[in-house]
Amino acid sequence: MSSSPPDRRPIGRPVAPLLQAAPLALVLLLFFVFPLLATAVVSLWNYTEYSLVPDVTQRNYVEMFEGCSNLSDGLCTTFRTYLSTLRLCAMVWAFTTLFGFAISYFLAFHVRSDTMRMALFLVCTAPFLTSNVIRMISWLPLLGREGVVNQFLVGTGLVDQPQDWLLFSDFSVVLAFVHLYTLFVTVPVFNSMMRIDRRLLEAAQDAGASGWQTLWHVVIPLTKPGLVIGSIFVIVLVMGDFVTIGVMGGQQIASIGKVIQVQMSYLQFPAAAAQAVVLLGLVLLVIAVMTRLIDIRREL
Amino acid sequence: MTKRFGGSVAVDALDLRIAAGTYCCLLGPSGCGKTTSLRMLAGHERQSSGDILLDNHEVSGLPPAKRGTAMMFQSYALFPHLSCLDNVAFSLRMRGVAKAERHARARGMLRLVELEALADRLPAQLSGGQQQRVALARALVTNPAALLLDEPLSALDPFLRGRVRAELKRFQRELGITFVHVTHSQDEALALADLVVLMRDGRIEQQGTPFEVFDAPRTAFAARFMGGHNVIALPQGLAAVRTDRTLLRPPGEGAVQAAVRGVEYTGTGFAVTLAGPAGEEWQALVGEAALRQRPLEAGEAVGLGWDEQDLRHLADST
Repeated sequence: MSSSPPDRRPIGRPVAPLLQAAPLALVLLLFFVFPLLATAVVSLWNYTEYSLVPDVTQRNYVEMFEGCSNLSDGLCTTFRTYLSTLRLCAMVWAFTTLFGFAISYFLAFHVRSDTMRMALFLVCTAPFLTSNVIRMISWLPLLGREGVVNQFLVGTGLVDQPQDWLLFSDFSVVLAFVHLYTLFVTVPVFNSMMRIDRRLLEAAQDAGASGWQTLWHVVIPLTKPGLVIGSIFVIVLVMGDFVTIGVMGGQQIASIGKVIQVQMSYLQFPAAAAQAVVLLGLVLLVIAVMTRLIDIRREL
Repeated sequence: MTKRFGGSVAVDALDLRIAAGTYCCLLGPSGCGKTTSLRMLAGHERQSSGDILLDNHEVSGLPPAKRGTAMMFQSYALFPHLSCLDNVAFSLRMRGVAKAERHARARGMLRLVELEALADRLPAQLSGGQQQRVALARALVTNPAALLLDEPLSALDPFLRGRVRAELKRFQRELGITFVHVTHSQDEALALADLVVLMRDGRIEQQGTPFEVFDAPRTAFAARFMGGHNVIALPQGLAAVRTDRTLLRPPGEGAVQAAVRGVEYTGTGFAVTLAGPAGEEWQALVGEAALRQRPLEAGEAVGLGWDEQDLRHLADST
């Protein structure tokens, strides 16, 4: 007689793996997928001064790009705002990348002892030890018209009168961003650099490469994944920001985040949602292009 | 030349002349200073004192690429982001050689090591032996006067090691340039070298042709490290006898007495492990016929003898 098969587990319905994946799936569903879907749905709703009207309308998107097809009157508000945001983003990206790379390079290749490396790394996290609000308020006495920097500049005779561009300007916004977000570039770039086999640097030197040539032909190509990850952090954070740009820019600098915030404060939720969807699309596009350049999955 | 790291001396007053076109092996246990010596030759370490001359030119102060040496690194240090072709062409690119020319020369080198078909692969897509040959091509592309190899065979599996070893020797013979090869394997040194330099604690213990170093060890360390020797304390001092020249005699005869520990079949004969009176470990290689004639059992007492001409008196007393 045939005996029962030794393996009696039901075939085709393995329950345990599904259960194991369920908590994370639930969390993602609840806090990631659902809000995104809600935003997308609300962006199609209609609204009046005092109410939201469930609907499927293109109104919010149409109003957002109103007049944008007519370039003879100059750029429309939305395009100008995007341009201003992208310009800030590009400046912040350039500086954070430069500084992040330099700091990582120093930590990875010049600091010899691991203890020292860790100590210096912790110093880099210092900007995060205080709250965002205090950090930004602290810039005021430093950069203001009567601030420390201006007093120093006037006192030493470098300038005749206090400089206004120090505060509530592109400069101060970029400064605050760079101060904060350089760490987000430093960490992944440092991580990439620490993986570089030190013998490769010697091999380059043996092949006659100068310090700059080694940097350009060996270190930077091998650090690209870290640079891309850091860039994604910075771009995502700056594109969506409204607090730093608001406070440090003296509420004078246009940004998409700011537009969304203002629309929210006027309870124009559908319009804000539409802005958010367009912003999300743009940022995803940027990330798609960057990951097309470098396969970061290989590194993660 | 001497190299100090802080308070410790890694290489102590190394005085070595390597004739052009020689295959030289720096041999020694780990920590003996052989790799440091090689790195000083290459210019990756600065010597604390002394000079390095290549073709009678002082090169001590020069950067690696200006010395006319090229180094092949342990585990090869191929650039993972560059194809084989670009890896080989790297040093030419650093010198500003135009793309067409450097690729042509790199292709020539890859042809020499029979890897032309794989020119566009990345190093990670190659086997260990192929990576080794790319590294060799990369080192040779600038026509160096001396090639410095740091444990070039240690990353390969034993089967490949034998083949690559033969290839290295062939390249050295065909190109006629000096090879300085660091290794801790005496087999490698004996098989490859024209000049074996045995190092210990930052000093040269003994140098000579493989035959000289193996057949006539100067010290007990040399005899033990090269292997195939029994170091025996005799009334007139320490001496070494090759295991294949150590003869087994009946108990009571011969110069020293020993007890048989075990007998191993080696295929071509038998290796008899012996214990000396003071617990020394000795070995005697005995031919098949001889052992069949007179079988040995573990625990049996035997005498050890040798032809007087096979006895090598050692310089050290202990």
